[in-house]
Formats: sequence, structure tokens, C-alpha cells
Amino acid sequence: MSSYFLAWIVLIPLISAAFLGILYLYSITVKKISDKVFATIAITAPILSFMLGVGFFLGLKNGASEYIYEPYIWLGVNDYIINMGFLGDKLSIFMVLFITFIGSLIHIYAAGYMKGDDGYGKFFSYFNLFVASMLLLVLANSPIIMFIGWESVGLCSYLLIGFYFTDPLNVVAGNKAFIANRVGDLGFLIGLVYLFFYVGKLGFDYSALEQYIDIVPNHILVIIGSALFVGAMGKSAQIPLYVWLPDAMAGPTPVSALIHAATMVTAGVYMVARFHFLYDLIPNVGLFIAYIGAFSALFAAVIAMKQSDIKKILAYSTISQLGYMFIAVGLGAYSTGLFHVFTHAFFKALLFMGAGAIIIALHHEQNIFKMGGLRKRLPLIYIVMLVANLAISGIPPFAGFFSKDEILLKAYKHHEYLIYGIGLFTAALTAYYMFRLFFVTFEGKNYTEKKLEPLSWSMKAPLVVLAFGAAFSGFVGLPKVFSNTNLIDTWLGNWSGVSIHAEHYEEIIFMGVSVIAGLIGIAVAYVKFFKYDFSQELKEGGIVYNKFYIDELIDFLIVRRVRSLSTFISVVIDDGVIDKTVMSLSNGFINLGRRVGRMQSANTRMYAFFMLIGLSSFSLYLIFKLGQ
Amino acid sequence: MEVSFMSYILLAIILFSMGIMGVISRKNIFIIYMSLELMLNSINLILVTLSKHFGNMDGQIIAMMVIAIAAAEAAVFLSLIVSLYRLKHSINIDDYNTLKQKGTL
Repeated sequence: MSSYFLAWIVLIPLISAAFLGILYLYSITVKKISDKVFATIAITAPILSFMLGVGFFLGLKNGASEYIYEPYIWLGVNDYIINMGFLGDKLSIFMVLFITFIGSLIHIYAAGYMKGDDGYGKFFSYFNLFVASMLLLVLANSPIIMFIGWESVGLCSYLLIGFYFTDPLNVVAGNKAFIANRVGDLGFLIGLVYLFFYVGKLGFDYSALEQYIDIVPNHILVIIGSALFVGAMGKSAQIPLYVWLPDAMAGPTPVSALIHAATMVTAGVYMVARFHFLYDLIPNVGLFIAYIGAFSALFAAVIAMKQSDIKKILAYSTISQLGYMFIAVGLGAYSTGLFHVFTHAFFKALLFMGAGAIIIALHHEQNIFKMGGLRKRLPLIYIVMLVANLAISGIPPFAGFFSKDEILLKAYKHHEYLIYGIGLFTAALTAYYMFRLFFVTFEGKNYTEKKLEPLSWSMKAPLVVLAFGAAFSGFVGLPKVFSNTNLIDTWLGNWSGVSIHAEHYEEIIFMGVSVIAGLIGIAVAYVKFFKYDFSQELKEGGIVYNKFYIDELIDFLIVRRVRSLSTFISVVIDDGVIDKTVMSLSNGFINLGRRVGRMQSANTRMYAFFMLIGLSSFSLYLIFKLGQ
Repeated sequence: MEVSFMSYILLAIILFSMGIMGVISRKNIFIIYMSLELMLNSINLILVTLSKHFGNMDGQIIAMMVIAIAAAEAAVFLSLIVSLYRLKHSINIDDYNTLKQKGTL
């Protein structure tokens, strides 16, 4: 496999996005183009990328260490050169594989979900662009190129969250996502600038950075690591920048699936793993990351317990699961964190697409307390959602169990008992709120007589594929007690150099504890919600239901301050100072012009008199100046 | 009686000043034109005087040229005055004020 094709992994969806965009413009202005054309092109692109990814995967498996392709110079100042570089090592190809695989499935699903929408072509153009940006982010050879993908991902999320832009609420949600991400991006940029300042002169791709990272003083490394993590907080929705993710539900459901499973939110985890050489040198920042992850996990899970919007519950569950990933990468267990990224991609995509199917079937109803009794009416959705719920709740042998259990084991073995405790408790909460959703939706007595909207095959087929993934993808990272080769660890390698040894009996105990925690959560949900009659809509209130008033707090502390500052600048500085200066200047010129204009009296004799004065003074000047 | 060099210059200055006063104070286009010619000829007088004084013929040649061109100019000027008169039936210079600023901005 020639490394030349690395660029094409990114280029195919990018070209397809541009082509779809042009085709869409043609379609709305000249002649209507059938939705099938758009869908076919859009679905082909990620599938082709996936096939290229598989090619590279096989190449790496057969012994190639990494692929590097540097087609041209991105930035050249005298001798200093930053190449447009693509790096295909084990980590990035691993990311490419699941991004394109899950991405393709979501594309197929979206082809059915978006049917009949006016912006069909536009939607898929953005969708392909999203995938292309994410692929550029993971395939980049240097942080600069990564930053291009990093920003484009933010842009695409903005475009897609505000896709139904006729509703102002959606626009607000899109803005919120973009602004929260900008805050994070600023941190990321500061980190990059520091990094460049200290080691940039020796080359700015990952291998050079890894080689020379030792020359950076330790306290600077702490700043760089923290600043980069601020970027990860924004992209991966951790405390305190998580606020955009629940609101991002304003977009169509496939967008949520794409953001939460395949792209965007995993970027932060990937970034920390990519900069592992940096974070290995500053374990304190790593610990900070792990604690942020743990608190995000707990916090989001607590909020999710009280929500009634099906997509909001899933959004908070994503924040919670991302928290687990950051626990792992913060503690230096990068392969474990990425393992959870991998399994999470399957079951979260499945959850969102299942939820989307329910929403479509019930004519865009999102409140779980208005669903109920769907088990018999949507048997396929029931089965796949059950698989996904078991996977996220950590019930063996489904995917989430292995990755979550390994994270908890690593946390315990690092003697971070507080993180372990939070993680375990959150696992129980996760099981509780997910099965609360599940029981209310599928078993609740709140049977609606409304006729269900039929679901097309393109929505059902990806669900089945993902259900298999959610059920079995955990087996690539089996704990030692079952198998001596953990495929994920073998593939990604152990970068941190710290190996955790756990006896078999310990592993079994930990698994048992995790399973019990999950089962307790499910049992509580069963007791409370399995046979609950929701003929009366549940009235929720209180601090948890209102998400701890964080949005209001941010609004009060930051948004209003910024707004009053803007008002001050607009009214006092702009109107009072700048406008006044400019207006008085121009008024002065107008008055001056009026006075000069009066001299144009059309009185010829007056003109001649002026001429006389001018000539006389000029002559006098000449006489007295030159006559001396 | 020998006429001094300075008295020629003085005469030229008087003629020139009369011309200027004519241009500034009179309203009749013809009189303005005649004043202009007066100024022109006062300059000719200076040229000729200086030529005689310094014994150099250049000034006289230029004076002849000015007289010739003034003749041509007179033809143009008079025809312009005729067409101006056809336009407004007036030879009062104050009636020709098309470029005057009207009102305020």
C-alpha cells in the first residue's frame, strides 16, 4: 500500500463534499436532482475511505511501522518548513478504521432518516465534510495540520447543529457549540504556540516533537499540557465546557450520532493519546485530566437521571462516557482509553440511531414519557436498543463491559481510589438512567394509538450491523483472565512504559463488582419504571432536572458581563467617541466647503480682482526675494 | 528733446494699470476686451523699449509676434462675443453666471 493513498483517505470525502455542495446548488437553482443521487455519492465516499483504511491496516499488520506522506509545503519561511503531512501509524489508522466504518453506517442511516428533507444534498455535503475534517485531524503529521482538522470539525458541527436554521433555538444551539469550542480552541492554540516557541525550531511534526520534548522545562510542559487539555475539554465536552453538547441535540439525529460516536468528541481523547510523550512527562496534569474526567462522568450521569428528552439523556451519557475515557488517558492508560472510544463508538451510534428510529416512528416525539409500549410495535428497535443499553451499562459479554472494567481496574491499580469509586458509582448510575429510558420507552403503559411511521431498510440495516458491533467489539480487548493477548494493547502498544499487573483473581473480583454495580442500577430502574403507569405526565423539577442551573450560572457570570461590555463599547465608545470624531470631521469639511463655495460667485470682475491680488503678491514676493 | 528710458516704462505701467482697472470695473464685454488689448500692448511697449535699451533685436521680434497673434486672437474673441450675444442678447458680463453656486449644500 503506497503511502500516497493516505491523502486520499481525507481527499475522497472532501472532494465528495465539494461535489455534493455544487450539485445541491445546481439542484435548487436549475433542475431538481433526485435524493438517490446525493445519497449514493455521499455513502460511497466514507466507504472508499474505509477500504483504504483497511488497506493500511493490513499493511501495518504485515510489518510496516508507519506510513508518511508529505505532498507539499504547507508553510515555508526561509529554511523553516512545515509540510502538509499525513501520518498513518497504528493509532491514526485505528481511528480511521472506526471513524469511517461507523461514519459509513451513519451515512446509510441518514439516507433514510433525512428522506424528503429540502436540504438533503446540503446535509450530505456537510456530513462528508465532517468525516473529511475528522480524518484530517487523526491523519495529520503535525499539530498544525491537526489544528486544521480540529477547527473544521468545529465548523461542521456548527453547520449541522444549526441545520434547521429556521428555528431560532437551533441557531442558538449551533452558536453555543461553536462558541464553547472556540474557548477550547483558544486553549489548544496557546498550547501549540508554547510548544512551537520551545521546540518548534527543531521541526514541528510529532516525531520531532517526541524526540526533543525533553528540552522543554517542566513548568512549561505543565502549561502546554493544561492548555492543550483545555482544547480537549471543548471538543470532548468535559467540565466546564460540556454545555454545548446537550444543546447540540437540536440537529437531526444522525448528526448527533456522528458527533457522539465517530467524530468530534473523540478528538480530545485522540489528542491526549497523540501527545502521550508530553503527558507522560507531567503525570500531575494527567491526574488532573483523570479527575476532570471522573467528575464529568459523575456529573453528567446525575443530570441524565432526571431528563425526559430521549436525545438529551443520550447526550449526557456521552459526556459521562467521555469522562471514563479521560480517566484512562489521564492515568497514562492510552490504549485502554482508546479501547473505550472504540466500543463507545459502536453502542453510542447504535443508541442514537435507535432513538432516531423511535423519534421518526412516533412522528418526531422526543419525550420518553410520551412513548411507552413500543416493545411489540418496534421489535427490531427493541432488540438493538437492549443490546446497546446492556453494552453501555457494562453487562458482559457486551462491548462496554470490557472497556469500562479495564478503565476501572487501571484506576484502582494506580491507587486512585477516589476515581475508582466515582467510576463505579457512575457505572451504576449509567445502568440506572439508561434502563429508565429503556423501560419507559418500550415497556411503559403509556400506549399511543397513533399510527407508526414505517422505517425504511436503510435505517434498519445499519442498526443490525452496529448491534453486532456493540455486542462483540469488546472481544478485541479481553482481560488477561480470558485470553493472553489483548488485541487493542498489542496493536497500540504500551506507550507509557508503566505496566499494570493484575492477578487473575483480582480481575475476576473487579469484573464481579462492576457487574453487580450495573445490575443494581438496572434493578432500581426496573422497580421504579418497568410497570409504572405514565398516563399522567411526570412533572420533574428540582436542581438536578434543571442541570444544576449551570447554563443559568454561565449566562449570569459570563454572557451578561460580555453583553454589558459590548453595550458599553457600542454606546459609549462607538457612538460617543468614534462616531462623534468622524461626524465632526466630516461636518467641518462640509462647512468649509460651503464657505469656499461662496467664493464661486460667477462675478467675472471679482475673479479678475482675485487674479490681480494673486499676481501682485507673487510679483512682490519675487521683487523682494530675488531683488536683494 | 531726448525722451528718457524710464518714461517709456512709466507709460507702459500706466497703460497696464488702466487695462487692469478696465477689466475689473467695467461690465461691457467689449470694453473688457479693449482693456485686455491695452494690457497686451503695454507689455509690447516694454519689450520694444528694453530691446532698444540693450541693443538687442529679440524683444522687437517678440513684440511683432505678439501683435500678429493678438490680431488672430481678436478674430476669435470677437466671434465669441457675437455668439455670446446670440445666446442671451446681452453684453453685460454679469449676465453670464451659469457656474455660480446656487443656494446652499
